[in-house]
Amino acid sequence: MNWDWSAVSDFMPDFWKGLLVTLQILLLGSLISFVLGLVWALLMRVPSRWVTWPVGAVTEFVRNTPLLVQLFFLFYVLPEWGLTFSALSTGVFAIGLHYSTYTMQVYRAGIEAVPVGQWEAATALNLPLRRTWTAVILPQAVRRVIPALGNYVIAMLKDTPMLMAITVLEMLGHARLFSQEHFQFTEPLTVIGAAFIVISYLASLLLRALERRLVH
Amino acid sequence: MTSGLWELVLKGVWVTIQLLVCSALMAAAVSFVVGVARTHRLWIVRFLAGFYTEVFRGTSALVMIFWVFFVLPPAFGWQLVPLWAGTLALGLTYGAYGSEIVRGALSAVDPAQKEGGIALSFTPWQRMRLILLPQAVPEMIPPFSNLLIELLKGTALVSIMGMGDLAFSGNLVRLALQESAEIYTYILLIYFVIAFLLTRVMRGLEKKLKGGVGKPVGSTADQELSRPQTTGVGGAVS
Repeated sequence: MNWDWSAVSDFMPDFWKGLLVTLQILLLGSLISFVLGLVWALLMRVPSRWVTWPVGAVTEFVRNTPLLVQLFFLFYVLPEWGLTFSALSTGVFAIGLHYSTYTMQVYRAGIEAVPVGQWEAATALNLPLRRTWTAVILPQAVRRVIPALGNYVIAMLKDTPMLMAITVLEMLGHARLFSQEHFQFTEPLTVIGAAFIVISYLASLLLRALERRLVH
Repeated sequence: MTSGLWELVLKGVWVTIQLLVCSALMAAAVSFVVGVARTHRLWIVRFLAGFYTEVFRGTSALVMIFWVFFVLPPAFGWQLVPLWAGTLALGLTYGAYGSEIVRGALSAVDPAQKEGGIALSFTPWQRMRLILLPQAVPEMIPPFSNLLIELLKGTALVSIMGMGDLAFSGNLVRLALQESAEIYTYILLIYFVIAFLLTRVMRGLEKKLKGGVGKPVGSTADQELSRPQTTGVGGAVS
C-alpha cells in the first residue's frame, strides 16, 4: 500500500468544493423532507379513504424502492415531459421526497404519542380544528420527534453520494473526477470516507446533546 | 419493449437477488458477531466492536463500495469478482447497522433472566445461547425486516460500478430505446414487488417466532419512536 500525501493536498481544494455541495444538498433536502413529511402525516389523518389510501400507497411505494432508481427516473423522465431542472435541483427534490416518506412515519408516531387527554381538553375548550393542531398537538408532537428526525438527516447525509450518478459534483463526484484525472484512487476515496465518518459522528454527538436538552 | 430487452431485465433481477441473498447472509453474520461482542465482559472486545460499528455506520454505503472496488485491489493485491466485492461492501455496512439491532434486543431482555442464568451457574455462552438469544431474536425481526428492505435498496448502488443488476439493466434498456418513463416505471415496480414479498416473509417469521415465546405481534407508537434506527448514527433515540 502506498500512500501519497501530495495527492491528498492536491485533492483538498476539490474536497472543499464537494463538501459545500454535499452540505447544500443536505440542508435543502432536509427542509423538503421535513415539510413534505408533515404534509403526508397530516393527510394520512384525514378521515376519508379517498385521501389516505392514495397517499399511503404512494409513500409506501417511494419508501420501498431504491433512491438511485428514483433519481434516474426524475433525471431522465422529467425532461421527456418538458420539465427541465438542473441535476442539483432534481437530486435535492428526489432525496427530499424519498426521506419525506420516512419522516412521515416519525411525525405519525409523534402525533399518536400525544396523550388523548390533550385532544379531549381541546374539544372541551371548544378550540377550532386549526387551533387544536397548531397550538396543542403539533408543538408537543414535534418536540418529541426532533431526535428521530435528526437520525434521518444523518442517514440522508450518507445517501448524498448517490447524486453523483446524475452528474452532480458533490464529494464523491469530485473524488471520482480527481481519481480519473490523476490515476490515484486510494487517497481521494479514503479522504472522503473519513470525512463522512467524522461529519456523521459529530452530527450524532450534536444530536445526543439536543436530545438531552429536549428531554429535560 | 422486445423480448430480448425483457430477458436483460430478468437477468438483472437474478443478479439483484443473488446479491441480496449473499449480502443479507453476510450482514446477518456480522451483526450477530459484532452485536454479541458489544455485550462481552472484556472492555477491549466491547471497544473494538463499538469502533467497528461507528466506522462502518458512519460512512456512506456508496463510498464503501467505491473503496472496495478501487482501493482494495491496488492496496492489497486482491481483485475480487464484482459479486463478492458488492457482497463485502454491503455486508460490512449493513452488518454494522444490524449489530445495533442485536445489541438493542439483547439489552432489552429482562435483567432477571440473565441473573437467573447466573444463579443456575450457566456459563456465559450457555446464557447467551439458551436464555438471551431465544428471547431476543423474535424482537429483532421487525427492525431486521426494515433493514432488509434498506439492503435491497442498497443493492442498486452496485449498478454504478457497472455490475449488471436490475438498476443497471434499466439503464441499458433506456439507452437502447431512447425512452425512459416506461422502463424506469417497470424497474421501480419490480423493486417494490420484491420488497413487498420480503416484508410478507419477515412478518410470517415474526409471527412464528413470537408465538414461540408468547408475545404479541405488532408495534406501538412508543416503540416506533424508540426503536433502534436502521439508518442513523448516534445510538438509540429515547
